[in-house]
Amino acid sequence: MSAAIRVSNLIKTYPGRPPVEAVRGLSLEVSRGECFGLLGPNGAGKTTTLEIIEGLLAPTSGHVEVLGLRWEANERAIRQRIGISLQETRLPDRLTVHETVELFRSFYTSGISPSEAVAAVSLEEKADSYVEKLSGGQKQRLAVACALVGDPDLLFLDEPTTGLDPQSRRELWEIVRAFKARGRTVLITTHYMDEAERLCDRVAVIDHGQVIALGAPPELILKSGGEHVIDVRLANDQAAQALAADDLARLPTVAAVRPSDGGFSLSAAEPHTALPALLLLLQQKGATPAGLGTRLATLDDVFVALTGRHLRDGDLPP
Amino acid sequence: MNHPLRQLVLTRFREFFRRPSTVFWVYGFPLLLSGVLGVAFQNRPAAQVPIDVSVDGIGEMQAAESVRAKLLGDARIVVAMGTDRECRNRLRIGKTGLVIIPEASGRYDYLFDANRPESALARATADSALCRADAPELAVPTEVAFNEPGGRYIDFLIPGLVGINLMGGGLWGVGFVVVDMRVRKLLKRFLATPMKRRDFLLALIISRAVFTLIEVTILLVFAWLAFGVAVRGNFGALAVLVVLGAGCFGGIGLLVACRVETIESVSGLMNAVMLPMYLLCGVFFAADRFPDAMQPLIRVLPLTALLDGLRAVMNEGAGWGAVDRPAIVLAAWGAVSFAIALRWFKWR
Repeated sequence: MSAAIRVSNLIKTYPGRPPVEAVRGLSLEVSRGECFGLLGPNGAGKTTTLEIIEGLLAPTSGHVEVLGLRWEANERAIRQRIGISLQETRLPDRLTVHETVELFRSFYTSGISPSEAVAAVSLEEKADSYVEKLSGGQKQRLAVACALVGDPDLLFLDEPTTGLDPQSRRELWEIVRAFKARGRTVLITTHYMDEAERLCDRVAVIDHGQVIALGAPPELILKSGGEHVIDVRLANDQAAQALAADDLARLPTVAAVRPSDGGFSLSAAEPHTALPALLLLLQQKGATPAGLGTRLATLDDVFVALTGRHLRDGDLPP
Repeated sequence: MNHPLRQLVLTRFREFFRRPSTVFWVYGFPLLLSGVLGVAFQNRPAAQVPIDVSVDGIGEMQAAESVRAKLLGDARIVVAMGTDRECRNRLRIGKTGLVIIPEASGRYDYLFDANRPESALARATADSALCRADAPELAVPTEVAFNEPGGRYIDFLIPGLVGINLMGGGLWGVGFVVVDMRVRKLLKRFLATPMKRRDFLLALIISRAVFTLIEVTILLVFAWLAFGVAVRGNFGALAVLVVLGAGCFGGIGLLVACRVETIESVSGLMNAVMLPMYLLCGVFFAADRFPDAMQPLIRVLPLTALLDGLRAVMNEGAGWGAVDRPAIVLAAWGAVSFAIALRWFKWR
C-alpha cells in the first residue's frame, strides 16, 4: 500500500527583502494508520509545511503526494478524503454545534452523520448550543468534529491543543487515539513535546524549515544519549567554574553533557552508576550541589541536544 | 436533501435572523427613517417668509409703517420692524431673508443676499406684495392646493430610501460578511473542504436577494399604509429593478471585499464607495439640481440609474419602457464588478 503522505524536497520561500525561507528542502513520508507529529518551536515551518500538504498553500518547489494523489491533478478527490482542523478558525457564532457539523457534512459526498461526529467529540450535551457559548476546548473539539464528519482517511490537526487546559487536552488526545484505532492516519503539529510523546508513533523534529530528527519518540530519546537525565544545579558560579564539562562527560554511562540553568544536564544510560560517581566528583572539587535530580528524558532534551535551544520558547541560549 | 447550497443559504439566514440588532438595523431603521422624514415633510403649513423693515430709512417710522401695512396684505409674510443695526444683524444670522429700507417718496431699497434661497424667496414675495398693494386693480389668481399622491415629497423620498437600502444591503450584506469570514479564517476553512466555490458565492447572492425582497416589501407596504405612497406603474418592472439593484450592489460589495483583510479597511472602503452616491444620486433631492458639468458622471452611477427607474415606475406610472436604461447600467456595473471580484478574490 502506498504511503499516506509523501513529501520530497519541499521548498517554500516567501518573497520579500530578504526573502523568508520558511521551508528549506523538507522530505518526509507518513505511512497509513500512523499518527505522525511535526514537532518544532514556533516559526520552525510546521504550519507552512502542513498547509502545503493540505493543498492550501502552493510550494515554491518540491513534490507532494497525498493518499497517492497529486494536488494539481486530483484536488477534488483528495479533499473528499481528508479532514482538516486549522490552527485558528472562528466558526459562525450563531449556529448550533449540530448545525455547524451538518453544514460541513453537506460538502462531502460520503461521511458519518452529524450526530455521530458530535458524539465522537463528546459534545452531545452541547449539540443545540450556539458556537459562541462554547468554551475554548469545546470549540476545538467542534473544529475536530467538522474535520471528522467527512469520515476522512487522513486527518490534519494544526496545534489542536494550544491554549487549552490540561483536561481539554486529554479529551482531544482521546479523540485522536480513537480515530487512529480505526486504522486511519493522523498528521499533527505541536510544540508540546509531551503531546508528541503520548500521541505520535513517529515524529519529525523541524527547525528552520528542515527535518533535524526523525523517528519514534523513544528511539529519538535513546539516540540523543540515553533515556535518563541527571540535572545538577550548583550553589554558585565559583562552584560551577571548578567543575569542567569534560570531567562530567568522563563519568560512567554519561553520553552527553550540556549546560543548563546554573548547572548541567547529563544524559546517562544508567543513573544508578553515574550518580555515585558524580557525587564523588562534586566532593573532590568542593562543589556543593543546590539541586540534584534524575528524570526520564523527553523530546525537549532531544531538541536541546540537537539545537541548544528549548522547544517551547525557541529562544537562543543566554 | 442535504445539498451544500441549501446548507450555506440556511447558514446565512441563521446568522442573520438570530441577531436581533442586525434585523433591526436592516428592517426597522429604514421604516423609522421614512416615518420620521415622511411626517416631517407631510402637509407642511405654507412656508412663512420673514421680512424686516428698517425704521432708520429716510422716510423714518411713517414710511416703515406704510411698507409694513402693504406687506401684511400677503398672508405668507411675517414682518419685523427694527433699527438699521438690528435688521442687518438679523439678516446676518439668517433670522430674516430681506431687509426693506424705506426711502423718500414711496421708494425703498432691498438689502439681501442673492445667493440664499430664503433671501431670493423673500425678495420675490415682498416685491409681489408691494406691487399688488400699489395696484389693487390687478386680478388676483385663485389658489388651488395640489396634494395628489405621486407628487408629494414623501412620494419622491420612498424610492430614494428603497434605493439606498438596496445599496447599503448589497455592499454591507455581501462585502462585510465576506471580510468577516476572511478575518475569522472561515473562508480558508471552507476552502479546505470539497465545497464548491460557486455554491458559496451563489449562497451569498441568494440569501442577499431574499433579505432584500423582504426589506423592500416591508418598506413599500409601510409607505403605502402610512402615507398612501403607491406603486403607480408596473409591479413586474419594479421587481426587476429591485432584483437588478440588489445584484448590482452585491457585485460591487464583493469587489470591495475581494482582497481586504480587516474590518476597518472594508468599512472605510464601503463608505468611500457609498458616500458619493448618497450625495450625488438624488436620494433626498433631485440629482438634476447639480451643475450640468457633473451630470454625465452622476448619470452613470448605478444608484442614479436605479432611482430614476424606481421613480419612473412608482411615481410616474411607467411600465417596462422605463426599465431599459437603468437595467443596462445596473447589469453592467454588477457584471463587471462580479467578474473582477471573482478574478481577484482572496480565499485565505
